Amino acid sequence: MPGITREEVAHLARLARLELKGEELDHFAGQLDDIIGAVARVSEVADQDVPPTSHPLPLTNVMRADEVRPSLTPAQALSGAPAQEQQRFKVPQILGED
Amino acid sequence: MTVIDLESYEDALATYDPVMGLEVHVELGTKTKMFCGCSTELKQDANSQTCPVCLGLPGALPVVNEIGVESAIKIGLALNCEIAEWCRFARKNYFYPDMPKNFQTSQYDEPIAFDGYLDVQLEDGEIFRVQIERAHMEEDTGKSTHVGGATGRIHGASHSLLDYNRAGIPLIEIVTKPIEGAGARAPEVAKAYVAELRELIKALGVSEARMEMGQMRCDVNLSLRPHGREAFGTRSETKNVNSLRSVERAARFEIQHRGVALDLETGGTIVQETRHFHEEDGSTTAGRIKDNAEDYRYFPEPDLVPVAPARDWVEELRKGLPELPRLRRARLKEEWGVSEHDMQSILNAGAVDLIVATTEVGAPADQARKWWMGELARNANETGRALDELGVTPAPVPAALRFRPGAPPFRLSASAAGFPGPWSRRRSSRRCGSAAAARSPPSTTASGVCPVPACRPRASCRRP
Repeated sequence: MPGITREEVAHLARLARLELKGEELDHFAGQLDDIIGAVARVSEVADQDVPPTSHPLPLTNVMRADEVRPSLTPAQALSGAPAQEQQRFKVPQILGED
Repeated sequence: MTVIDLESYEDALATYDPVMGLEVHVELGTKTKMFCGCSTELKQDANSQTCPVCLGLPGALPVVNEIGVESAIKIGLALNCEIAEWCRFARKNYFYPDMPKNFQTSQYDEPIAFDGYLDVQLEDGEIFRVQIERAHMEEDTGKSTHVGGATGRIHGASHSLLDYNRAGIPLIEIVTKPIEGAGARAPEVAKAYVAELRELIKALGVSEARMEMGQMRCDVNLSLRPHGREAFGTRSETKNVNSLRSVERAARFEIQHRGVALDLETGGTIVQETRHFHEEDGSTTAGRIKDNAEDYRYFPEPDLVPVAPARDWVEELRKGLPELPRLRRARLKEEWGVSEHDMQSILNAGAVDLIVATTEVGAPADQARKWWMGELARNANETGRALDELGVTPAPVPAALRFRPGAPPFRLSASAAGFPGPWSRRRSSRRCGSAAAARSPPSTTASGVCPVPACRPRASCRRP
């Protein structure tokens, strides 16, 4: 199985907006390799006749009528926010985007 | 803003074929959000329409809105698409705070509708077939306000404020296949397509599709391919182009801009990027470098079960589809006996449905048309409003026209309909409570709304 490369870790880190040092890239490459190796063992038991699944129950079409339900109050909605301003969630400057 | 050199439109087209892709997002007119029961009504009160589901709180479970699915199927059918027998939602992961879940629930490789087309009519009457790649269900994002920057843009902002009232409102994203062969008419095709799609969405009754209110938004993807080459160039994506005129301008601008960029590049490739459209001058500027699809790390949404629309439901919805707008327009043009040019004016004025409604309450078509396309259309145009925002409804028009079967045709004017004569030239007063109005109060409509277009209703307009 191909190992996770340093470059792939650096790419993932960029997507997650994490700044990693050189030695951390190597460290996490090894760790991610181990994790992927562990998950890959599933393929050993799941043969061609087992379709990939995203849900444990064989359900389809669970739908909701288009009826309004009460929302939280703004105070309730914001109660878990680390910071707020003008009844809005306050977040740090968004870097690297425009 | 930096000044960008533009190649002349003709020069760019002499070397390249434009290849376009259009992505249109339609906000559905459902009462509730796509995955929770929060209201979709537009409210100024920030974060007043959120719940654990649309805030992405741990343990909250989304359930899909049935009308959202039904609307998606209707749109798919009207676009001549196949409707998936089985499809799933997917998480689109990205690092941006406009979704509190840190992902957008969307569809990826299993859209509910795919492989369709929409025939659009160009100004000279030619029909251009736009192939549809897919229409899929997803949800809208929250609204960010950037604080501390000079212009309210992200650049230079110290922090951002998030209102999640809009987060989770149902969206249908409609994606075309690459539109090729339009050549110099590419911008016109883009505009005609978005216009036709808007009419279709309105006819289906799934959204009001008001572009100026963000209920319908268009991304214009464009690449240029040197004549005779097979491969597409690297595309640019101009986001959130929000009027028909802007769709045309953005496409035109990008053809000229891409032309310059390609000429400068020896290898003929330019970076895939997101561009922002500027309403003021019709230009676009570079935004972020786009992540590739794989960078969104799409995976099937484990909190939602698959959607498998029963075939009899799909067929029932197919039977209920309205007459296609293009065919309806052709029929009405025939019935009303108007020229292509006049029909275009009626369309541009947004008067089709009003005229139809007016004939349905008893007015002859030609008088109904003159009623709406005369002073009312001019007034709407001058005051920058839609015809149906003037407070005039079709119901009382026949009476106002003093229409009697067999009566000799009469000359239509606003004063003939009992309106104070000079109203259309008294825009500065902004209401009809003038001396003329006091002497001869305008007839109020059934709803009690003053029918005078320029009127900001005051008590004096509503005398019994």
